[in-house]
Amino acid sequence: MNILVCLSAVPDTTTKISFVDNDSKFNTAGVQFIINPYDELALTKALELTEANGGEVTIITVGDASVEPVMRKGLAIGAHKAIRVNTEALDGMHVAKCITSAIEGESFDMILTGRESIDYNGGQVAGILSEMLNMGLVNVVTSLTVEGNTITAVRDIDGGRETVSANMPCVISAQKELCEPRIPNMRGIMQARTKPLTVVEYSDSYAETKYTGYELPPAKQGVKLIDAENAGELIDLLRTEKKIL
Amino acid sequence: MVLVFVETEGTSLKKASQEALTYGADLASKLNTECSAIAIGSESGLENTGAYGASKLFAVSGAGLNEFTPEGYSEAIHQVASNNNASIVLISASYTGKSIAPKVAVKLSASLTTGVVAMPNTENGFSVRKTCFSNKAFSDVEVTGEKKVISIVPNSYEIKEFDQNAEVVSSDIDVSSFIKSKSVSIDKVQGKIPLTEAELVVSAGRGLKGPENWGMIEELADVLGAATACSKPVSDMDWRPHSEHVGQTGITIKPNLYIAAGISGAIQHLAGVSSSKVICVINTDPEAPFFKAADYGIVGDAFDVIPKLIARAKELKAS
Ligand SMILES: Cc1cc2nc3c(=O)[nH]c(=O)nc-3n(C[C@H](O)[C@H](O)[C@H](O)COP(=O)(O)OP(=O)(O)OC[C@H]3O[C@@H](n4cnc5c(N)ncnc54)[C@H](O)[C@@H]3O)c2cc1C
Repeated sequence: MNILVCLSAVPDTTTKISFVDNDSKFNTAGVQFIINPYDELALTKALELTEANGGEVTIITVGDASVEPVMRKGLAIGAHKAIRVNTEALDGMHVAKCITSAIEGESFDMILTGRESIDYNGGQVAGILSEMLNMGLVNVVTSLTVEGNTITAVRDIDGGRETVSANMPCVISAQKELCEPRIPNMRGIMQARTKPLTVVEYSDSYAETKYTGYELPPAKQGVKLIDAENAGELIDLLRTEKKIL
Repeated sequence: MVLVFVETEGTSLKKASQEALTYGADLASKLNTECSAIAIGSESGLENTGAYGASKLFAVSGAGLNEFTPEGYSEAIHQVASNNNASIVLISASYTGKSIAPKVAVKLSASLTTGVVAMPNTENGFSVRKTCFSNKAFSDVEVTGEKKVISIVPNSYEIKEFDQNAEVVSSDIDVSSFIKSKSVSIDKVQGKIPLTEAELVVSAGRGLKGPENWGMIEELADVLGAATACSKPVSDMDWRPHSEHVGQTGITIKPNLYIAAGISGAIQHLAGVSSSKVICVINTDPEAPFFKAADYGIVGDAFDVIPKLIARAKELKAS
């Protein structure tokens, strides 16, 4: 099996989000970047599948050279090779165009992505790729098995789960529970240094959505403490002060 | 025209669809155009689309539309949108919506904005607010495409009722040649309020010590008519199902009320719940970070506090 995994580099989950330039840009000062947690699951699943069925895992990231340490971590976890599209990722459509352009002429049995990135939370790339490449799509997947040319996946639906089958090639987006993420070991880290990381260019920077400004949610007014002895009062306050019960 | 994709549940429109429709009607009147709804496959519950703002309802069925597939549904929406010159397609960010919005956008060559939480500003172009950094912030996004696909976060827009009926336009189309996947089985959690749609949520964390202690959490949720949620370690240890895990790597929710017992309030947890309108925190540790994000706090033992809340809620319910 030939699997492509789309990896994005996102701020570490403990990051305190702040903005610069008049709240028009994300403040990356001091921010540690990690593999998007859902993409990490996608990568691990891809490795499990190729270990069982043979084949190779290629990771692809859209971004400037600063994303390479995160890509090297993907290689250390076990990906066989990497492609970096050397341009700033503008939005979901743009990222998908970068990816399809970079993989033109190659053929993958499966493309695995995370269900969304934890920075811009678009949840767009898997769906866009499936449409652009005319592949099947199973979104937000918690379990995935492959038999011959057919995949069986369990996906989250509103209020439950659905089991779906589809033929390859297809696009799958990973949700928590799909697998346990792997921690790279020393050997993996050593090998990652020499694994191929190809840089390709994509010059079209057309995008129809543009992030123009950011705002943090309003701070809470301060907590109103209720004595534990009279805890029931909370229910009354929710009724009278907040009118929600 | 603004076209809103709607879904039904049993014999009524899903709440998230009612919100999307109201949003669509308000947006259409802002843009001096009309708001229509599209429903696929289902028949009952659609007579209400007028009441939430649609002047027309496209009821589409046919080969390939008997069960949900991302390909079939997105193709049906694409055809109706194209044939009727829809400039904006609105799709609720339900799991169904998340699977189809990107595909519809590609088919229509439209701009795609997902996770939208407010009415666009159309004074100077078209700018719309969405969540980002997993609810830690909002961003304004300028959308320049002539056609737009927008997905709206559930619980972001207040439902209004309109005094009108929708004209029903039924059509039969065949999308079977597009289909690439097949539903094998569906497993719905019975009798529970889906977390993403819940207005009230009772949640608990590692402070509850073990799965055997969730009875009181479920009971409180029950008397309040709330859904239940939990922190990540709780679902990781299989004390509770993964579908209850809220936070940066779980579900993000924005209910009217979030009650958290025995949860410390780690930044990743807060990311998923901080958009809740009112937050109540119960924790033995007065220094727990969650109190900083709370509206009401009770410093105390959940095993002592929760039964008191249940008792008072029952009393008030009875009176
Ligand atoms: C990459 C990453 C992603 C993450 N994503 C998420 C996420 O999406 N969601 C999430 O929740 N976490 C997430 N976490 C984990 C997060 O950092 C915290 O570890 C987690 O939220 C803590 O869960 P908790 O509050 O239930 O447990 P603890 O931190 O152990 O807190 C338990 C709390 O209960 C209180 N307590 C103890 N006994 C009682 C009692 N009898 N009555 C009342 N209070 C009591 C304690 O004072 C304490 O504050 C993530 C972590 C990482 C690294």
